Amino acid sequence: MNVRLYVWQRATAALMVPFVLVHIAVIFYATHRQMTAADILSRTHGSAAWASFYGLFVAAVSIHASIGVRNILTEWSPLADRTVGWCAVCLGIALALLGFHAVIALVVM
Amino acid sequence: MPEPAEELSVSLWRGSAQGRYETYSVPRCESQTVLDVVTYVQRYLDPTLSYRFACRVGMCGSCAMTVNGHPRWTCRTHVAKVADGGRLRIGPLDNLPVIKDLATDMQSFFEKWQQAKGVFAPSLTRAEPMARIRPDSAARVAADAAIECINCGVCYAACDTVRWNAGYLGPAALNRAWTLVNDERDAANPARLSAVAASGGCHSCHSHQSCQEHCPLALNPTASIAGLKRRSTAAYLKGELKA
Repeated sequence: MNVRLYVWQRATAALMVPFVLVHIAVIFYATHRQMTAADILSRTHGSAAWASFYGLFVAAVSIHASIGVRNILTEWSPLADRTVGWCAVCLGIALALLGFHAVIALVVM
Repeated sequence: MPEPAEELSVSLWRGSAQGRYETYSVPRCESQTVLDVVTYVQRYLDPTLSYRFACRVGMCGSCAMTVNGHPRWTCRTHVAKVADGGRLRIGPLDNLPVIKDLATDMQSFFEKWQQAKGVFAPSLTRAEPMARIRPDSAARVAADAAIECINCGVCYAACDTVRWNAGYLGPAALNRAWTLVNDERDAANPARLSAVAASGGCHSCHSHQSCQEHCPLALNPTASIAGLKRRSTAAYLKGELKA
């Protein structure tokens, strides 16, 4: 890992701390209130705040996880450095696509 | 040689990358070191045994080997401290190619010192007055805490990250770089910080702390590497480093 990847991974980790806490709090709130999916979607549809929250969360997860997996592959697989880099980029793109699809479903669809 | 009180069962690695442990019986002596044991085998039992040593007093860093699973400087390691039920299993250092028996090829270890810019680059010529460095300055205190490394390779052999990532510079080279980063007389720090902030540099360290656990001089390379992480990250965020 070089300093650029190190800074991105630490920065996204720091960003995710409040995101994870809020996300868990939301899960507890929704289950405690016995909210249905329809109840939740009725509150999130059209919400710029939830779109920003989960949009940033997805971006942070995609960057953080792909850098982490890159390190794991570097240390634990026989793959060449360039191949490892491409694997990490593909994983990051896949996570971002899946995550943003879910965010769109939450606030738009 | 004093009268042996008992016999030690000593297994020594014989061969290179491919090889096997062979067991020898060595007389137990008072105040006996692991290097004494290896030397006894080479002098009295099997003169073809290859190993490396020089000073025998813990200064040169030549005699490090793996003793009962842990890397150690053998000249200062007493048998009484490490013998497990009168048994010693002595092999070459991990993470380095074996030349023969207990002697490893240290080339990659020292090449990484070069990669980490572990060479002092003077900022003054000999015609200029000597730099005045306060011994109690923060930079000098940080350098002094890491300066006594004897290049024995024990930390390198103990490091999990070196084992997993062949490109990782390793604790000794990074510890050396940290001493020079804190040396006010040195002129190569921009290049040095770039070298240690690159792929395989200080940011690859997982802070497992095996290096400080095993360092025979009780140095703390993990702390030195943490210092390099802080210093190079700050330089990167200020735009002074390219990555």
